[in-house]
Amino acid sequence: MPLSRRRLLEDAALAGLGIALPFAPAASAAPSRGGRLVIAIDSEPPVLTSALTTAGPAQYISGKIFDGLLSYDSRFTPRPQLAQSWSVSPDGLTITFRLRPGVLWHDGKPFTSADVAFSVLQIWKKYHSRGRSTFANVVSVDTPDALTAVWHLSNPAPYILSALGSPESQIIPKHLYDHGDVLTNPRNIAPVGTGPFRFVEWKRGEYVALARNPTYWDKGKPYLDQVILRVLPDGGGAMTALETGEVNLVLDPPPADIARVRRLPGVSATASTGFTAALAAFEFNLDRPWFKDVRVRQAFAHAIDRGFLLRNIWYGYGQVADSPIPATLADFHATNLPAYPYDPAKASQLLDAAGFKRGANGIRFSFTHDPLPVGQAYKRSAEAIRASLAKIGVGMEIRSQDFATFVRRVYTARDFDTVQYAASAGPDPAVGTQRFYWSKNFQPGVAFSNGAHYSNPAVDRLLVAAQSERNALKRRALYARFQQIVQTDLPKIPLVSVNSVALGKGVQNYAVDAYGVMGNFADAFLVAA
Amino acid sequence: MTLHIGNVEKVPAERPFTGFVRPFIRSRRRGYLGFLFRRIAQSALLFFLTILLTFALINVAPGDMVDVMAGDSGGADPGYVQMLRGKYGLDRPLPVRLYNYVDQLAHLDLGYSFPQSAPVTDLIADRVGPTLLLMASSLALSVAGALVLGTLAARHVHRATDGIVSVLTLLAYATPVFWVGLMLILVFSVKLGWFPSSGMETLFSGYTGWTRVKDVAWHLVLPAATLSLFHLALFTRLLRASLLEVLRQDFVRTARAKGIGEWRVLGVHALGNALLPLVTMVGMQIGASLGGAVVVESVFAWPGLGRLAFEALGARDTNLLVGIVLFSGLVVITVNLLVDLLYGWLDPRIENV
Repeated sequence: MPLSRRRLLEDAALAGLGIALPFAPAASAAPSRGGRLVIAIDSEPPVLTSALTTAGPAQYISGKIFDGLLSYDSRFTPRPQLAQSWSVSPDGLTITFRLRPGVLWHDGKPFTSADVAFSVLQIWKKYHSRGRSTFANVVSVDTPDALTAVWHLSNPAPYILSALGSPESQIIPKHLYDHGDVLTNPRNIAPVGTGPFRFVEWKRGEYVALARNPTYWDKGKPYLDQVILRVLPDGGGAMTALETGEVNLVLDPPPADIARVRRLPGVSATASTGFTAALAAFEFNLDRPWFKDVRVRQAFAHAIDRGFLLRNIWYGYGQVADSPIPATLADFHATNLPAYPYDPAKASQLLDAAGFKRGANGIRFSFTHDPLPVGQAYKRSAEAIRASLAKIGVGMEIRSQDFATFVRRVYTARDFDTVQYAASAGPDPAVGTQRFYWSKNFQPGVAFSNGAHYSNPAVDRLLVAAQSERNALKRRALYARFQQIVQTDLPKIPLVSVNSVALGKGVQNYAVDAYGVMGNFADAFLVAA
Repeated sequence: MTLHIGNVEKVPAERPFTGFVRPFIRSRRRGYLGFLFRRIAQSALLFFLTILLTFALINVAPGDMVDVMAGDSGGADPGYVQMLRGKYGLDRPLPVRLYNYVDQLAHLDLGYSFPQSAPVTDLIADRVGPTLLLMASSLALSVAGALVLGTLAARHVHRATDGIVSVLTLLAYATPVFWVGLMLILVFSVKLGWFPSSGMETLFSGYTGWTRVKDVAWHLVLPAATLSLFHLALFTRLLRASLLEVLRQDFVRTARAKGIGEWRVLGVHALGNALLPLVTMVGMQIGASLGGAVVVESVFAWPGLGRLAFEALGARDTNLLVGIVLFSGLVVITVNLLVDLLYGWLDPRIENV
């Protein structure tokens, strides 16, 4: 999942207590039953099903109402959820799912293969911004019986099996969606799902209330009676609500507060390095004359102290990134890539060699930088980068604007020199990474496409080959070669792989899979804080 | 020495505030109906201009609703962006969209908010109660506080009490609202545990009737106090200045000469005449505090209109934003009308023309 919503992009994705600190603190006692879990989120969702949007709050909430075909453990290995088993034909053109029997929608109707076929063909392929490309190769779905769905593909698409989790690809009920306009369907805001929690009420500006689904297929689960997602727009306010016990869990807390609050009695922090982690990067507009020379881009990479950014902007919650495919995507991350250690002297030499000599005032050239206007992390790291570039004689002016202006400026007007944002690189490079480097994804008007206008035929060939390569080892080799080339060309400089952090008090076992706090919380339970 | 008796008749005599009955007798004679009609006609024009201006402004701002939605998602393609623009009618020229909007408004329909997936009327209706509650209680709090502090300061002008009031109001005026809010939360919620830190009522408490009223009031204390501080400072300074001016006038000297006690002179004779500037300012501030409570609403997670408007602006949600502006306009115009009527009530010399 590419950009999982700007909050996530933002410092949200921020912290991670490093890979060292794994998922939720291990449950020491047997799970307790009952109780109400109150979760703080910082903004309102547009709808309550992420079949139609990839907005972060929608994923947090609807992941608990809907199950997906598959779930993923913390190593990204697919696990059965609504699909009990699945098999891919040797040519990679047919995927057969055997569905779990006895699953009921929250309105009592049975869940069947017709719901799967409808969701893929009529919803994801049309209305989901990423589903349109992820499932582009799915041409038809056969439903020989109520519990079998056979997908037919025009080309092999190995990444599909990484994208079938609930927050990314939700199965929605055909009987409630097969008539009328999908985008204004009343069920979008009062959803009927198959997941461990049923929708109860949405009071806008205040909360979304969910209650235990007594007919959930995983007998005995969920443990909680109620899950309430409260909208607390101010990060500081959310932190005090955690301290006073008004909420049990804060998603995407302000990075600067994490260190203090996690030391309070009963509070624990979890850092997801899973699908929700995001890669912060500094991206060039390659149409600008200064940035056409690769030596200038490499000079910037040497001038930016990424360790400093990790320590001082993200407070250590993440890892320094040295590749567009971060180390958290262990199946694809390559080592021994061109490295750009912090070295201002080398950066100056590269700029001299590129013909950008210091002028009489000591300045080589000046440009304008647009950090993503969400949260504080991008703006603050931009200030640090400005200071670093000043040392090598490059002037950088930081521009402020709102989100809509940013998107229009960068992706439609292309009226920018450099930008900085974070985007999730998972769940598969074909979904999360390719879009920024593939020349065919230079699509003015489309947010978070190939905004650099990077075009390298060798890279295009590698990306296209890797997209449909069925052999895992060959696929890995193709992406390794890709990483070599783009880390030499540097159309964007990977800075920090930031992890999404949650602070919990009196709650355990909530982030147990690759989706972290976007997971379904069937295993979560309350403990005395 | 000549007595200019004729002139004295023409100059309206300053007099103590004499009661609440007379203005009504006068006003009935003047006929408020014509005045009301004129004001309503002016308001209709104002409304139309408001629509035009808001519509134009939000469309001049770079980026539209689909930019935000596609930006939230990432990984979109041109077909997706085009599909959404078509669905939301954003591919049509601005004049057509404006015409459609006005046409829809003429049918008393504020339209549908796509970013919020709900009709605009429902969205606004949900927030009206909390907004008016917060606004009214914070204004009441600041007016009440200003009456006490302003009178105290004027009574003891240039003495210690006046100095203390001045320093306090200056501090309240200069302190950022979000900081005050967070400090109040820190002290009264986290440390003392007296008040809840956020929200409008206890979730799923099942409270009804009087218990619920008390619960909401309990949640209201901190946000209303935070929001009222700025206005308290403003109103106190204003009232002090206005009282000092009135206290220099002849009728006050007359009242004192008659042997009326100083507090009575202040509280009855002077205060009634000093209220006019305060009333004007309160009326103006109601408009400002409708949309200006964004920060307080965010810090305390209060489900108000300010936050909704802020979200609508960020999402380039034209229908919702224009809807909120129109609603706020309605409130401001109504309040100003009431203020005008109140003038006549407070000071019969003012004619409602």
